[in-house]
Amino acid sequence: MICDFRPIQNSAFKIQNLFFEKAELQFSNILNQKKNFKFKNMVPSKVNYHRPSNIGEALELMSKFGDECKILAGGHSLIPVMKLRLADPENLIDIAGIADMKKISDNEKSITIGACATHADIARNEAIQKHAPMVAKAAGMIGDVQVRNFGTIGGSIAHADPAADWPAVLLAADANITIKNAGGSRTVDIDQFFKGLFMTAVEEGEILASISIPKTEFNANSTYVKMPQPASRFALVGCAVAVGGGMARVAFNGVCSTPFRDTNVEKAVVGGSSAADAATSVADGMDVMSDHFASAKYRKSMAAVYAKRALGEVM
Amino acid sequence: MKVKISLSVNGKSYERMVEPRTLLVHFLREELAMTGTHVGCDTSSCGACTVLLDDKALKSCTMLACQAEGHQVTTIEGMANGDNLHPLQQAFHEEHGLQCGFCTPGMIMNAADLLSNNANPTEHEIREALEGNFCRCTGYHNIIKSIQNAAAKMSAATV
Amino acid sequence: MTFIGKSIKRVEDKRFITGQGKYTDDIVLPQMTYARFVRSPHAHAEIRSVDISNAEKMPGVVKIFTGADVAEINGVPCGWQVDFINGETMKEPKHPLLVKDKAMHAGDAVAMVIAETYGQAKDAAEMIIVDYNPLPAVTDAKAAMEEGAPQVHPDVPGNLAFDWELGNAKDEVDAAIENAHHVTTLEFINNRVVPNAIEPRSAIGHFDTSNDKYTLYTSTQNPHLVRLLLCAFVLGIPEHKVRVVGPDVGGGFGSKIFHYTEEAMVIWGSNQIKRPIKWTAERSESFLTDAHGRDHRTKAQMAFDKDGKVLALKAHTYANMGAYLSTFAPAVPTYLHGTLLQGLYTTPLIHVHVNAVFTNTNAVDAYRGAGRPEATYLLERLMDTAALEMNMDPAELRFKNFIPKFNGVEEPGYQTQVALQYDSGDYHPVLKRALEMVGYENFRAEQKAALDSGKLLGIGFSTYIEACGIAPSAVVGALGARAGLFESAQVRVQPTGKVSVYSGSHSHGQGHETTFAQIVADRFGIPLEDVDIVHGDSDAVAFGMGTYGSRSLAVGGSAIVKSIDKVIEKGTKIAAHLLEASEEDLEFAEGKWTVKGTDKSVSFGDVSLTSYVPHNYPEGLEPGLDFSSFYDPANFTYPFGAHVAIVEVEKETGKTTLKRFIAVDDVGNVINPMIVDGQIHGGLAQGIGQALCEGTIYDDSGQLVNGSYMDYVMPRADDLPQFEIDRTVTPCPHNPLGVKGAGEAGCIGSTPAVVNAVMDALSPYGIYDVQMPITSEKIWNILNDDSGETEE
Repeated sequence: MICDFRPIQNSAFKIQNLFFEKAELQFSNILNQKKNFKFKNMVPSKVNYHRPSNIGEALELMSKFGDECKILAGGHSLIPVMKLRLADPENLIDIAGIADMKKISDNEKSITIGACATHADIARNEAIQKHAPMVAKAAGMIGDVQVRNFGTIGGSIAHADPAADWPAVLLAADANITIKNAGGSRTVDIDQFFKGLFMTAVEEGEILASISIPKTEFNANSTYVKMPQPASRFALVGCAVAVGGGMARVAFNGVCSTPFRDTNVEKAVVGGSSAADAATSVADGMDVMSDHFASAKYRKSMAAVYAKRALGEVM
Repeated sequence: MKVKISLSVNGKSYERMVEPRTLLVHFLREELAMTGTHVGCDTSSCGACTVLLDDKALKSCTMLACQAEGHQVTTIEGMANGDNLHPLQQAFHEEHGLQCGFCTPGMIMNAADLLSNNANPTEHEIREALEGNFCRCTGYHNIIKSIQNAAAKMSAATV
Repeated sequence: MTFIGKSIKRVEDKRFITGQGKYTDDIVLPQMTYARFVRSPHAHAEIRSVDISNAEKMPGVVKIFTGADVAEINGVPCGWQVDFINGETMKEPKHPLLVKDKAMHAGDAVAMVIAETYGQAKDAAEMIIVDYNPLPAVTDAKAAMEEGAPQVHPDVPGNLAFDWELGNAKDEVDAAIENAHHVTTLEFINNRVVPNAIEPRSAIGHFDTSNDKYTLYTSTQNPHLVRLLLCAFVLGIPEHKVRVVGPDVGGGFGSKIFHYTEEAMVIWGSNQIKRPIKWTAERSESFLTDAHGRDHRTKAQMAFDKDGKVLALKAHTYANMGAYLSTFAPAVPTYLHGTLLQGLYTTPLIHVHVNAVFTNTNAVDAYRGAGRPEATYLLERLMDTAALEMNMDPAELRFKNFIPKFNGVEEPGYQTQVALQYDSGDYHPVLKRALEMVGYENFRAEQKAALDSGKLLGIGFSTYIEACGIAPSAVVGALGARAGLFESAQVRVQPTGKVSVYSGSHSHGQGHETTFAQIVADRFGIPLEDVDIVHGDSDAVAFGMGTYGSRSLAVGGSAIVKSIDKVIEKGTKIAAHLLEASEEDLEFAEGKWTVKGTDKSVSFGDVSLTSYVPHNYPEGLEPGLDFSSFYDPANFTYPFGAHVAIVEVEKETGKTTLKRFIAVDDVGNVINPMIVDGQIHGGLAQGIGQALCEGTIYDDSGQLVNGSYMDYVMPRADDLPQFEIDRTVTPCPHNPLGVKGAGEAGCIGSTPAVVNAVMDALSPYGIYDVQMPITSEKIWNILNDDSGETEE
């Protein structure tokens, strides 16, 4: 059974609320089943465009349109799927112009990254480089220069794409996600944020506002490595590790259908195993993805290789 | 429902009514008849549509025209100063950095972003910076040389 | 003033670097409409019905055509006929402009929607309901010939388009293999690749009701051939009422040679609706409809004596044709592949057998190199594998088997066992030079040291020959070509001495506007800027066979030289009259005719003006200075070269890194070294891409699984090193420029060199044959699996 893993298309299915067995994740077959779908397109379907000037206005628009709207930040996750007409929201609410949402603030105990901060902003932020180097490093490895210039962290994680680079990093970083809604705001621990393939804790009518990275010993001693899928350069295997203060957090993208922390590896590291020994158990017992770029067997082995390399950098 | 947008392209202000679904690249090519920015794919991969938005390289197929509201766009048509070619344009000519010319505008715009952040990139840095731009003619060999040539010219000019 | 041999900067660059290039999609005509094709999502399906009623009501829709509307129109023809071994005519099923009853491959066009805007055409296309009955599909050529395989065309039993053989008697070859000291056998797939010119195909059809004239703007490599096929074979419209323009074209690599259904549809449709129609492919459409390349499944055996001399070669290939025969498709696995199996070696016995097979895939046709890369891959993989098996040095093995030097002047060319006669060749120096550049003497020690420190380094060789400058019309006619393969050129000297050249070659990146101008300026002794090269417009250029098969300079350039000679000959008559001297006493150099031994002269400009203002003029001579020529070459040209790849394989991941690539090519005389180098670079990247990352993947239902840039891997800047190239020069003896052609060399030689290098790196683990593209996982499997298949 081929499980074809295609980040852009797959995130489209999520946006379309298409449900499917992951083992049957076969793009063409799904498209064939979709009524009226003929072919990939270059021009998006018709849409209305709204540009609120603050987050309050944005939330008002969202409550007005309900499920007939999508948030647009950099657009580098949403527009590709709109071009393919796999997403056709009736209303777009562009929050990129809301100044507050782009800020990266260096607080006493954490660094808060606005959802509209671009990958490039994050990669070159000195506080992040110092207190959570894996976050800066991952930001610098996403997509290509053009994507990093305009793609945003909020837009990326809102899609919960398992091959995107952010999920593993944020899991390893023990990040908190602040979500705003009409009633105010709430904070979700990253461990509770990713609800499954392309599913997050952000509910209808809510906006992902910011990501907070705690200033911890483990974050200060952290790194991210990835083996890119050679065509799209999404992560075939991405591994984020943070080790310090008697803690170890080790997380993966691309390996399974959801990003995950590997507690076996973490325990081994805390228990004093070497990087090489700790990495041997990566993804044991997990349902590792298989596609034409990497079989499950190869992917699992590469997860171990990259985990060993990442741990080697910080241990 | 069309919306009004106003933006600057190559230093000139434009105000137009557009369908919100219009991509920036289609706005440039069809609305402004600036056809130097090309479309080579439908997955934001090839980089032929690269322009500068506020001096940062952008794949103009991955932004709606209305998102560019109030911003400054620079396209390949805006690189030369009258008859004086931009050093990158000059260098691509001197080093035979183009063959069919289709990817060239995107290559030059992306290189402009690179050199604005890194005036003296290594070959490795240039190759990495071009990862979002396909060329099928040159094998990249002379594109690398072109960007090195331009970097040298631009550094010399600023000293 | 000499221009030939100099790296003159390209005159065409200015428009491209300033964003002023004019590609087909950049052209906007008044009243233009936009087309979108509805394509079959199934690789093989019966079409029960096509319901356009909802689509027709969509905003902006001008007209919708379906298969039923074009059922009476001919399909697009194949331009090359190869008959069965038993003499029967090849099977050539109709390739309809739109399919009506059955879709033969995913991407087959079912309907064409024309609307006021492109967005509207797409919106409406989504409303067309096609009722498909999906049928089992077959995508592999060998599988398609097996008992019980799905039948692509009902009237082609066993899916066999034709079979073909060439060379020495099969039993003689078999006997030599039987009795040989050593036989190397390989079974391999030459992977199917997608050309991926970065400009997607585009076409605009315009029917002008004021004069009943059609204009087709199309991203093509040969406008005249498209016009001929369109007029004479598809639509039956008068050729003199059709103008085909190939404006700036953003790369072709073969895929834009062919006449495609979309071109015929926009032309035919524009007459139906009396408005221009533009269609531009999206990349996903390009993946499904631009003719693909390669896709051979081959078994080959090479027999050696104990000293390593090659005694015999036998090859059998299943060549995948796709669902229809594209324009040149039958020639590729036969006359461009089987005829090259002599390689650079003195092999006395060769036999090749090809089955050309229909499958439920997009058509396969010429892609950069076309047949010659497949032949080179076959030979050069055998050579390096044999060297490993026989524990001989791969370079030494080649030196031992090279055909001795011949220049084709003092002696005839080299007659091969597979029909061709090579024109001139000197093969030892290219490999010698490549070894020098590599530092081969030290390499094996470095390799050993690397291995000791846990690193796998490998070196791979490829010494190739290609047949370019296609081709002598009589020869290709005898081989099945349905067209001549000459070239035309008109040299028009304007009254002021400026020169316009009208060439039937078409430049889509090759730099004709510079190279051709160098020839003209050089021969006339005038400034380069006084020459303008016009190409790509059938109304401007008398005729043309276009650009492919590395033929522009060898054939098109030679046609220009013929016309130049005619200009000089007539100019000499005029000059003699003006100088009151006899023609024999004049010499023409540096832009003027001089009476030998005197300072009496008349300039090129004066003679030009006199020819158009013939007040004082030779009696009986026509005014004007304007000549056309057709050049039909006497033979193919045969460039050759030696390519060497050095790779490092990472044990932990199986990842291959190309560390160095050395190419020493002999393309005959060189007009513009900078442009030739650029052609080599680009070819190398494509050939390396085929080896390491490119290749289509079809699933069981016949879907192209990797039909986008998110899935199909093409080399990017950070996948390649700077190339190290050099050349030797063995002039072509039979064309006036002595040139051979450089467009495909890089792509022909490089692929097996890379694969050989990887196999060399793996040699401490055994002797392997890994199928392209050589992905990290394939290598990792070998390095981590004790039961890996070892090639005996």
